[in-house]
Amino acid sequence: METITSPIPLFACLASLLAVIPIVAFGKNPNLRESFTFSAGFAKLTLVLLMLPWVLDGKIVEFTFVDEIVKGVPLQFRVDGLGMLFTLVASTLWILTSLYAIGYMRGAHEGSQTRFFAFFAVSLSATLGVAFAANLLTMYLFYEMLSLATFPLVTHHQDREARTGGRTYLTYLLSTSIGFVLPAMIYCYWKSGGNMDFSTGGFLAEKVGPTESLVLLLLFVFGFAKSGVMPFHSWLPNAMVAPTPVSALLHAVAVVKVGVFCIIRVFTGVFGTDFLKTMDVAVVISWIAGFTVIVSSLIALTQDNLKRRLAFSTIGQLSYIVLGVSLLSTFGVTGSILHIAMHACGKITLFFCAGAIYVAAHKKYISELVGIGRVMPVTMSAFFIGSLSVIGLPVTGGLISKFYLVMGTMQAGHMGLLAVFLVSSILNAAYFLPIVYKAFLCRPEESQFEPGIKEAPLACVVPLCITSIMSVLLFFFPGILLDLASLITGVGN
Amino acid sequence: MGEQAPIVIVLAPLFGALLIAFVGIRFKALCLPVTLGALSLSLAATVETFRTVLARGEFVYLLGGWKRLQEGDGISIGIEYRVDTISGLVLLVIAAVSLLVAIYSRTRVVADTPDRVPYYYMLYLLLVAGLAGMTITNDAFNLYVLLEISSLTSYALIAVGSRRAVLSAFNYVIMGTIGASFYLLGIGYLYIKTGVLNMQDIHAVIIANDLAESPSIRVASVLILMGVWIKMAFFPLHAWLPNAYSYSPTTTGALMAPLVTKVMIYIMIRMMVTVFGLDYSFRATPGMPLHWSNLVVTLSSIAIVAGSVMALSRRDLKKMLTYIIIAEVGYMVGGAWLANEKGMTGAVYHIVSDAFMTLCLFLAVGVIIARTGQSRIEGMNGLFKKMPLTMAAFTIGALSMIGLPPTCGFFSKWYLVGAGIEAGQWHYVGALLFSSLMNAVIFFRIFEMAYFPKEVNEAEPACFDPDAHPLETLEKTPSSMAIPLWISAVTLIVLGVFNYTIVQWIASALQSLNFFPAAG
Repeated sequence: METITSPIPLFACLASLLAVIPIVAFGKNPNLRESFTFSAGFAKLTLVLLMLPWVLDGKIVEFTFVDEIVKGVPLQFRVDGLGMLFTLVASTLWILTSLYAIGYMRGAHEGSQTRFFAFFAVSLSATLGVAFAANLLTMYLFYEMLSLATFPLVTHHQDREARTGGRTYLTYLLSTSIGFVLPAMIYCYWKSGGNMDFSTGGFLAEKVGPTESLVLLLLFVFGFAKSGVMPFHSWLPNAMVAPTPVSALLHAVAVVKVGVFCIIRVFTGVFGTDFLKTMDVAVVISWIAGFTVIVSSLIALTQDNLKRRLAFSTIGQLSYIVLGVSLLSTFGVTGSILHIAMHACGKITLFFCAGAIYVAAHKKYISELVGIGRVMPVTMSAFFIGSLSVIGLPVTGGLISKFYLVMGTMQAGHMGLLAVFLVSSILNAAYFLPIVYKAFLCRPEESQFEPGIKEAPLACVVPLCITSIMSVLLFFFPGILLDLASLITGVGN
Repeated sequence: MGEQAPIVIVLAPLFGALLIAFVGIRFKALCLPVTLGALSLSLAATVETFRTVLARGEFVYLLGGWKRLQEGDGISIGIEYRVDTISGLVLLVIAAVSLLVAIYSRTRVVADTPDRVPYYYMLYLLLVAGLAGMTITNDAFNLYVLLEISSLTSYALIAVGSRRAVLSAFNYVIMGTIGASFYLLGIGYLYIKTGVLNMQDIHAVIIANDLAESPSIRVASVLILMGVWIKMAFFPLHAWLPNAYSYSPTTTGALMAPLVTKVMIYIMIRMMVTVFGLDYSFRATPGMPLHWSNLVVTLSSIAIVAGSVMALSRRDLKKMLTYIIIAEVGYMVGGAWLANEKGMTGAVYHIVSDAFMTLCLFLAVGVIIARTGQSRIEGMNGLFKKMPLTMAAFTIGALSMIGLPPTCGFFSKWYLVGAGIEAGQWHYVGALLFSSLMNAVIFFRIFEMAYFPKEVNEAEPACFDPDAHPLETLEKTPSSMAIPLWISAVTLIVLGVFNYTIVQWIASALQSLNFFPAAG
């Protein structure tokens, strides 16, 4: 495989970090400040797109900061198919979220907007850092940076509820990463003889036994608690105290996907799927993820707060990805990788809608949404498309990833896990479709809304339309994503 | 300077102190310039020495040109300074930290001890001379003399603080004297058995005459170990430290907390490595059921856990930091006794990184106390908004204490945990992780207090009115305090990113040693 040494990954990562300076400097002038967020967003996306043709050609883009940060391990970026796919998703959606955030933050009269946009930019840099990381240590560095950078965003309102949410958030994320990932990582470093590079298709392959592998896998899966695998999931519903743009981009896309991204890396880069296939340990992870899928869906059914229902839905969908990759079959891994993108578009749409409803009608609870489709038809139509995508129904991208995941269970011969996916789909439909049904199809006298309420500001509505259209387009044109995924699984389509 | 650089490291602060005694008492304004000049000279000499060490491997300097072994009679009279990369690193830390704290002290000393400024700086320089001398000397008795110099000056430096400082200094005098006496007694035994005081010679004589089995040598090793443990506040011999450091003036705390315990750890390592030799330190003692390495590592794990728990229970910033130091001492003692090269490397690296972490936090807390007039955690309401720069530096220091990359605290943990895994000392690994988590709780409690506005924090028990000392403006910290703080904060990241270089330097000094694999 050809390697290109180029600082472009660095620039792509830094674009948002450097934007913090003008964002803070021009904090007094909101329009100017937001223009820097957009410039950084477009600069980032352009840089990522510059690398896309190389990656699609099967080349690898590398950049090294420090040759040896510890013996044998560099601080290094390497862009491969998986990293590129995740980066594409994150940087595209950042631009849309920025637009949405302007509408939301101004519409809801939020305070401290300079701090909000500054830390948002830092979070994006950390996300890209994880996506580009060439080895476990670099990945861990940016993973921790992301935990810290998102804390001020989660606790943005600075009230007592935010403090509780923030506490839970950091307690779960830091205690697992320090308590589980750090020792597991050092153990890997020691076992592998000082190599932590992802590119070799599993630097631990053949170097650890089944018991060690299982313990390490568990430490990694629970340690990367951003993936929300039960029982380390409850930070996510608590993080919903954040303003909706944060929930939308970070807690449906960037942060939580970083968690599952790290787990995919552990499976493909640390152990290597081929090596794990020789042992019968990954199925333990599959069942833990399967349990999470079902239980979180059941909990979601009981939630009346819209954002919390979405959060539990996210927990379930994240475990789809963990489950997919732990199947170790090519279809399963492909499905997992695709699901990062498909779920991102679907779920961000749903969060955008939840925020738009809050801005326009100040409603947070599902029981208050009867008839809202009559006053906010555009938002609720987008909500419908987003729901379809998360459930995995045509004509949305969610169907494609779910198709691969289901194929993966059959390929791996786990019919029980196939049932998990099917039951979960039914549950997903059960907690999403009634919302849409009651929003549109109620008698006029049942409607809880006076005709006076209108759609949210344009800056809120446009992004959610775009993301819902993207969800549909991904159904018809999943080509690039499949190409990128096949770079990891090594199977052409 | 060249060949004379090692002696300048010690003499510059020593003569600086004398100069203040003669001149500074008349002209108070000269005290700080003289101090800064002496410490800068010392730093320059340290850098020069270290460069020579890197080029040559070891730098031996004979004091007054006296050979250490007179031909014929075999009596050792000359004092020798010997710098290798390990002692060179510690010397660099001492020189850099003392200079930074001296800059920082410009406004603090006048505020804390207005009537004793010349005496303060005199003692300050003597303490630095003592610490540097202890690190550089290769003579076991000379080390004792310098130990006493630094101890006596530190008692006085602590006692000039608040009223309670006098009592805690007295406590420290008693504990410190016991510790120094143990050390002296141990050296006495060694001298009786070997007849030499030069560290290399002691080791050579022990080997040549096969004295390793001698009970006297074992007693000497235990006495010396106990002595340095008391001086470094190794749990449960730590009781003197928290009060001494937290009631002392800001600058004393900021100077002593990073340096004194670390220098004592360096001395412990020097004794283990050079005087007794590693195979002596780590092997099982005949007739004793305990394995020294296992025993000490177990004690360290207890120290780490106890220090962390005690730190968590404090609501006073300085007190809390002092208990964290006690936990960190456990890190280093444990690392050194893991009986593998990684552990020793990690312990030495942690000396460097912990010195700067402690410095950064003490300087930041000093700024906070100077600005808000209080040191309770509850007094930190809304500080992120009022003092963003200071709090940013404090955050870097705290993240390093917790051990998040890319700060140096992460990499010391990396090496120490790795060494613990390699040695199979799982309780030590567990203790390190526990301490990380505890530090996370401790510091995030503070961040929360400083981040959330007062009305949210009021659920916490407040002992006083946080508005008593209003900070109406953003940063107004004097630059003499802000600059050292920021240098120390940036150093934490620089040390982290370039940790591999430092570790290679340490390894070059350790490579000739024979590490025994630890018997699990």
